[in-house]
Amino acid sequence: MKLKQILLAGSFLVTASATTAMAADCGISDGRLSIIGNEFPAIQTVGAAAQSCEGLADAKANLTADHQTINLPGMQGNPAEYTTAIVANSSIVALINEDVIRPLDDLIAAHGADIPKNQLITINGNVMAVAFMANAQHLLYRQDVLEEIGVEPPKTYEELLAAAQMIREKGIMENPVGGAFAAGWNLAQEFTNMYLGHGGEFYKPGTAEVAVNNEQGVATLEMLKALSEYMNPDYLTHDSNATSAEWEAGNVALMNMWGSRSGRLMDAEGSTPEVYENTVVGAPMTVGGGDKAASTLWWDGWTVAKNISDADAEATFLAMKQATSPAILNDETMGQAVWMIEGYEPAPVNDGVFSAISMGTIPYPMLPQHGLLHTALGDNIADFLQGKESAEQTLADVEAAYTAAAKEKGFVN
Amino acid sequence: MKHSAFFWFVLPSAAAMLLFIFFPTVSIIVQSFYVEHEQVIIEVENCGPFGCQTATAIDQEATAALREEQPLGRFAGLEVYKDRNHLAVNEFGELWAQSDGIGDFIGDLMNLPFYKALGFTLTYTFVVTPLTIVFGFIIAVAVNSAARLFRGPLIFFTLLPNIVTPLIGGLILFWMVDARGVIGTALRWLADDPSLSVKADTGLMWTMLMVYGVWSSAPFAFIVYYAGLQTVSKDTLEAARIDGATRWQQIRHVVIPHLLPLTTFIALIQLMDNFRVFEPIISFNAQAHATSLSWAIFNDLGGETRQLSSAAATSVLTVIGVAILLSPVLVRTYRSYGKA
Repeated sequence: MKLKQILLAGSFLVTASATTAMAADCGISDGRLSIIGNEFPAIQTVGAAAQSCEGLADAKANLTADHQTINLPGMQGNPAEYTTAIVANSSIVALINEDVIRPLDDLIAAHGADIPKNQLITINGNVMAVAFMANAQHLLYRQDVLEEIGVEPPKTYEELLAAAQMIREKGIMENPVGGAFAAGWNLAQEFTNMYLGHGGEFYKPGTAEVAVNNEQGVATLEMLKALSEYMNPDYLTHDSNATSAEWEAGNVALMNMWGSRSGRLMDAEGSTPEVYENTVVGAPMTVGGGDKAASTLWWDGWTVAKNISDADAEATFLAMKQATSPAILNDETMGQAVWMIEGYEPAPVNDGVFSAISMGTIPYPMLPQHGLLHTALGDNIADFLQGKESAEQTLADVEAAYTAAAKEKGFVN
Repeated sequence: MKHSAFFWFVLPSAAAMLLFIFFPTVSIIVQSFYVEHEQVIIEVENCGPFGCQTATAIDQEATAALREEQPLGRFAGLEVYKDRNHLAVNEFGELWAQSDGIGDFIGDLMNLPFYKALGFTLTYTFVVTPLTIVFGFIIAVAVNSAARLFRGPLIFFTLLPNIVTPLIGGLILFWMVDARGVIGTALRWLADDPSLSVKADTGLMWTMLMVYGVWSSAPFAFIVYYAGLQTVSKDTLEAARIDGATRWQQIRHVVIPHLLPLTTFIALIQLMDNFRVFEPIISFNAQAHATSLSWAIFNDLGGETRQLSSAAATSVLTVIGVAILLSPVLVRTYRSYGKA
């Protein structure tokens, strides 16, 4: 669970120390910067670079895996505590729904002419965020293990299951498949990947009425269950952190994992050479004969709060622009993410995300009601995986839970 | 005491209670009767690094106007309480009509989120509360009969589980019962089953959560009982000994009756605390196996879209649950002390 990571970090305020950026001239004379964002290496780099800007009256960063539960309350006050939230295509929706971030068009006209167009996230004609990196989940595999069983890296989930079976039969690993299947957000994300891979649609066309209780939904659940049978029996408690730890411990040979985390799994820290030297990034897999990858595309970007003074907004804009400019790229930061920044040179570790983009993977849905469906999925899928009920029953429960929540929030009648 | 003196004496605490207990409670009750405005959805074009897509968004101007008009949202009365994610009145009725027996009915009921949470919450409360009292008492008697020299350190170590922050305590246990942890490995060896995993089995997970509950709150019962033991009349005990009472008879007929009022107190506090069980479910990542009412509130508030009315309704239901649970103890206390 996310709370755990707070405890591990020891403090809510993680002053990013991944890169020791020197004080930089960002053209700021005054104003406040207060960042709220997720906690992984690339965001730590951005946070540190923004804080190093000269001329800021106050510079803070609160980087935590719990960012999405605190960014909204922290931006609803006036003045808002956070002047910028680093968000992804899922979490920006909650901020837009509550109208707490400002359109950036004026600031871009004044100071941001050099930001490449493809980094701008426009919603209904207004620029609401500036993206700086792309992310996706894709295959990671252990080259040595696959060589031992004489199998090519799997391109589909069906091939992955066959390879897992061989690894188990040869007695190399008991539970060769990994995955962030922790009940809640992570499990719902795996459902989303697999459901899109099967060509499923979440809603009845043109409405917010859910429609997941169908053939693709059942096939999705069956595949998740088939995968879970090759996982550590505790899989329902394993989030991305725990799954990464399983990988580094050498217990897993195949898994679907975030591109933003593969750098850490391939570095020499926290593992043995046998594991990290043989860790290879693959493309996202397809499933059920479909041609779309069973994955979703993500961008991470920064926003500027609405309820702050124009001076603070300007300072925040300039600092964040500097923190996502080519100036932050160096040997250490280059491999941390698929940066959408000029001068970025892809490393092998980033191949997975590039494959996801070139395969035309579907971006995670940016719909105002989708957070409710994600929650409903996360709360109900575990019942099926544990064999407590049928796939149809689980999907009916998901739909009923979503519908009750969506009625309360005014999305459906 | 004069009325005016009494008034000034209680004013600070009454004001604090009004401000920090009464008003928030009223606000939550009011919130639970309202739901959000109907969302004004517009079709928009979203563009980003992966191309443009037609999607939907909330019309902020229209929403702002609606909020201006009715800041609380739409009045829904008891609708939120009755929906599937809470009391599920309709689903409850349907299940009752369809089921082939009480066992079948309860099984189906556990598929509804509120009843699933209530099921675990009540089991936890009624298993952990008596065990806490029994263990607390045994430890208190044991410590009280230890040599004076050791009592200080003994009390300190016994209190440790209660001192440790619940989340940390839960995490420590969570790692110990991991398949590769100390307790997890020991259990596998004892059961002679290499695939045994506490975190993968609902029954074992419930047991683990309850073991944690007793572990973390037994020290509270212990310290209350230990204080009570110091007030047991030495004369009565000595008289009992002279009459030939064994140690067990002394405890049964002198100590336990003397400590009965304390037991009522501990039971009250523990029932309240255990009904709000929350931290271990988080620490143990146990939501796939066990949910509680407090966890449901947390889950409503923790998603990307916060469900405030839903959380408020569950909070009110929790308060009602605590009130029902405590009523027998309160009535009993009132009867025995109210007359005096």
